[in-house]
Amino acid sequence: MLDDFMTRATLAGVGVAFAAAPLGCFVVWRRMAYFGDATAHAAILGVALSLTFQMSVFTGALAVALVMALTVTLLAGRGYAMDTLLGVLAHSALAFGLVAVSFLSGVRIDLMAYLFGDILAVSRSDLIVIWGGAALVVALIAWRWSQLLTATLNEELAYASGFDPKREQLILTLALAVTVAVAIKVVGVLLIAAMLIIPAAAARNLARSPETMALIAAAIGAFSAVAGLRAAYVFDTPAGPSIVCVAAILFACFSLVGWQAQRRD
Amino acid sequence: MTLITVENLGVRYGANNVLRHVDMRIEPGEIVTIVGPNGSGKTSLLRAIIGATKPSAGKVSLRPGLKIGYVPQKLHIDPTLPISVERFMRLTDRVSRKQCEDALESAGVPHLLKRQMSQLSGGQFQRVLLARALINRPDVLLLDEATQGLDQPGSAAFYRQIEDVRRETGCAILMISHELHVVMSASDRVICLNGHVCCEGSPAVVASAPEYRALFGTGTGGALALYRHDHDHNHDHCENSQEAAE
Repeated sequence: MLDDFMTRATLAGVGVAFAAAPLGCFVVWRRMAYFGDATAHAAILGVALSLTFQMSVFTGALAVALVMALTVTLLAGRGYAMDTLLGVLAHSALAFGLVAVSFLSGVRIDLMAYLFGDILAVSRSDLIVIWGGAALVVALIAWRWSQLLTATLNEELAYASGFDPKREQLILTLALAVTVAVAIKVVGVLLIAAMLIIPAAAARNLARSPETMALIAAAIGAFSAVAGLRAAYVFDTPAGPSIVCVAAILFACFSLVGWQAQRRD
Repeated sequence: MTLITVENLGVRYGANNVLRHVDMRIEPGEIVTIVGPNGSGKTSLLRAIIGATKPSAGKVSLRPGLKIGYVPQKLHIDPTLPISVERFMRLTDRVSRKQCEDALESAGVPHLLKRQMSQLSGGQFQRVLLARALINRPDVLLLDEATQGLDQPGSAAFYRQIEDVRRETGCAILMISHELHVVMSASDRVICLNGHVCCEGSPAVVASAPEYRALFGTGTGGALALYRHDHDHNHDHCENSQEAAE
């Protein structure tokens, strides 16, 4: 069954959607959208480094994404506004990454594959990495769910309940780096943030509790992956962007439904 | 046995010495109010007690196994986060629906269980925060300016509720407030803070202490200045009116 490239691509897309959904909810609730973007953009530098040192792209991207996320966490609240800081770091990392890739002589690199993903080229070992990473992220978030939620609502409430909200922030940062690393092959660094934010934002219109929002986001993400790939096959469009387009259309539909429901209330 | 003991506490943020040589004790069942101008270190003291701020000097000791109920100054729930009152109550404690209902009852809002947090009014929201803090039957309740954003009758009612809670559950209460004239009557003890403990004692003793008058002015003039700035939601402006009052 895994011999078919479409099957592998679909499984890869669904795997990423499952990891991105609960994490994406926290990204939306904590207003970290730009943070996800910055981490993802930095990953292209990781790609360049891994090609230079002949490591797996996953390892390089994970390492740089992690360093980026930790740097942002450390620098937050020390002088510059968060969006300024992220703007500087994200685009610098992207630019350095692109320049670094150009130095790699001898290897012909299809940069588009890393910027927009190459989901149709997902191998069996890629699938293991993607599902392993996704399982890790989902397990991490499920394990700390209540604490993450409390820390998201109010820092002091977390301290008074006996745990450190900074540690919960670190867990989200870690989960974000892993998600970025596994999602590069599927949607590419430029569209990872879309997979985090769009399904979660679309789910908001339908959900009445944090848990249902995460589940609905997972369903929307998985459906987008399946339908997007199908559309890419039928219309011969790029796969990663097609997945994001489906998610965006769902977001628009559910938002209309949400507004209608609000007007009736 | 003493619930909270603060000894020679100092807190600094960088070069800014916020608190110095603060000594304080909270005994079971008493209501203690901390008053002080903006920037006097009230919130820092509370943060040090719950462990959110590391002391630069001295120490905070809690009675072993002490259960703290905390009502934050303000709690912002992002509009993208859907959460019902019931789910919010169960955030950190494993509790039954009955316990949720009981806690809402003692906070004076028994009918809100199924509502979304985003649909609550300011007063209802504060009472749900109070109910959440009460749910694990705390030994001490900490309130950080819990009536911010409530109007005068609203906050008076809120403090009456606090007194009821103490009467029913016997838990000690430590609160920070600006609203002296309302809070004073409800408190057993008032601590006037301005980087250090200026004066403390029964409400009547503190109100007539020269240190207190130096901070808040005399007679109704002082109370009125505070009263006015409580109703002002703009913090920058608050500080201005505070300075004007001084």
